[in-house]
Amino acid sequence: MNKRVLFEIKGMYRDDFRVTGYEFGEGEKTVCIVGNSRGNEIQQIYCCSQLIKKMKQLEEENRIIEGNKILIIPSINPYSVNIQKRFWSTDNTDINRMFPGYNLGETTQRIADGVFNEIKDYKYGIQFTSFYMPGDFVPHVRYMKEGFSTQEEAKKFGLKYIVERNVRPYDTATLNYNWQVWDTIAFSLYTNTTERISNTGAGQAVLSVMNFLANNGVIKYSAIGAKKIRIIDDAEFISVKTEKSGFFDALVKAGDKVEAGTPLAHIINPYEGTILETLYSPLNGTIFFIHNAPITYANTAVIKMLEEE
Amino acid sequence: MVEVVASVGLPIDEKLMIKKNRIIPDGKKEAHLKRISIVTGIHGDELEGQYVCYELQRRIAMEKDKLTGIVDIYPAMNPLGIDSITRGIPAFDLDMNRLFPGDIEGNMTEYLAAGIVKDVAGSDCVVDIHASNIYLTEIPQIRINELHKDFLVPLAKCANVDFIWVHGASTVLESTFAHSLNSIGTPVLVVEMGVGMRITKAYGNQMVEGIFNLMRELGIWSGDPVVVREPMISQDGDDVSYLNATASGLFVPEVSHGARLKEGELIGKIVDPLCGTVLDEVRAPQAGMLFTIRDFPIVDEGSLMGRILKEEVCKYE
Repeated sequence: MNKRVLFEIKGMYRDDFRVTGYEFGEGEKTVCIVGNSRGNEIQQIYCCSQLIKKMKQLEEENRIIEGNKILIIPSINPYSVNIQKRFWSTDNTDINRMFPGYNLGETTQRIADGVFNEIKDYKYGIQFTSFYMPGDFVPHVRYMKEGFSTQEEAKKFGLKYIVERNVRPYDTATLNYNWQVWDTIAFSLYTNTTERISNTGAGQAVLSVMNFLANNGVIKYSAIGAKKIRIIDDAEFISVKTEKSGFFDALVKAGDKVEAGTPLAHIINPYEGTILETLYSPLNGTIFFIHNAPITYANTAVIKMLEEE
Repeated sequence: MVEVVASVGLPIDEKLMIKKNRIIPDGKKEAHLKRISIVTGIHGDELEGQYVCYELQRRIAMEKDKLTGIVDIYPAMNPLGIDSITRGIPAFDLDMNRLFPGDIEGNMTEYLAAGIVKDVAGSDCVVDIHASNIYLTEIPQIRINELHKDFLVPLAKCANVDFIWVHGASTVLESTFAHSLNSIGTPVLVVEMGVGMRITKAYGNQMVEGIFNLMRELGIWSGDPVVVREPMISQDGDDVSYLNATASGLFVPEVSHGARLKEGELIGKIVDPLCGTVLDEVRAPQAGMLFTIRDFPIVDEGSLMGRILKEEVCKYE
């Protein structure tokens, strides 16, 4: 294992800003894995830490196949994590909207540029990312339709769900999109949580990356993936939206299978405790995403469901 | 007449309302009248437009008989942001100017954006007033996406600004309020002036004159013609040079905003308050006007400290 600083900015009032990478194996730049880019992506860092622990073990046991280099970057934004702020500490910009970056530009453009120069030549790119709303997901892998990533490659993670995403204008400055512009086969890995650590979720994430590496001949590892994999277009998700604002009382959790008509959540009057609204399942299917903050707003898609096949 | 354009109930005993005030000529019906919309407050930390909304209405009220069309004033597109000194939409931490055209069936923020677009669409001209951010001060200027320059530059020339900056198209900017409306034929002029969290009265008054002139050109105001400023116009990316910090520290300017600089002239210093040393001297890479200057003094490596418009475009003597 080679631990090195990939990018650094000298701090004035704070310690220097550092992006640290962990390299395993030697040879062709095969797989790069990136953890958090936002300050609240704690599970994403934790997943990387568990991966690094596993990769150290594999390296000691000579199970990294010769000719492959793997780079893991647990965090490209430690500054924001340390002050518990989602975006950049001073100007509130989002590093994951700054790619491919610009070395003469503003601070977050320079960070994106510094990181991207280190990671753009990898054959495969995997980013642990999060949804912009607070909530729990069924673990899955996503890729953008207009790129190099394919269903066949995505299946190598062995996860039960693969989501194909249609590119939107704001995607064009993300790491995932720009990796593909530079010919990297890129995936976003959604684990179940964001702001809290889930050992089970991290375990699933580590296993899925091990599957991917083993299936691409990068490591020796005997992995068992999902028997049945479902490919989902992101337009297939059925949103269950609130009509009212109030306390959010979930009655189900991500991954639950429910029948049409099952109560999914109550919206509670925050002063009087009465139920303002009950959200019901519109179909037989799986809870794919569910809001996990104590309050919710009206007109908000608090649950995303997947219809039973 | 004050109307609620879009609203949504918040969790605890509060309603989010986006309001507008419609001013119409006394005794006339709205149908077939020309309409100008003044929009501001998409970014909650940009307040220069608040004064413009007030002053414009004050002056219209003084000579209401000269009003011949509709003036719609939308002072607070992101009311929660303005009230909490937050640039984006609080709680969602989203830049409202990346949500347009919105979706009436979408989540709360998309729903609000769609409601705004529906209400403003069809205006004969929209002036979307921004105030840079809390870091940089700008001279009054209009920024135009090159895709829309043919129909926007002639309007912008009437608006009494000092500078028209035609910039390259960017996919990310397709989610802005201005792009969404310009793409469906409602012309939107994006004004940037002053600095975040402050009001620059002189710039506000200059903009109000410009809006009256636009109203005259559009047939919404019958007041006497005014002579507006002839703006500097940049259509070439090479016209503007950017001053990015080479070190983290305290930026101490040595010149004023709007200074006409010679090549190599000292603009400011980045200093280290702990050791009392100068970390870098910031000098003009080319002769021209310092049309952007940093107002917030702390810089990280890379922070923008200013922009210079090259001398040939400034046309000053």
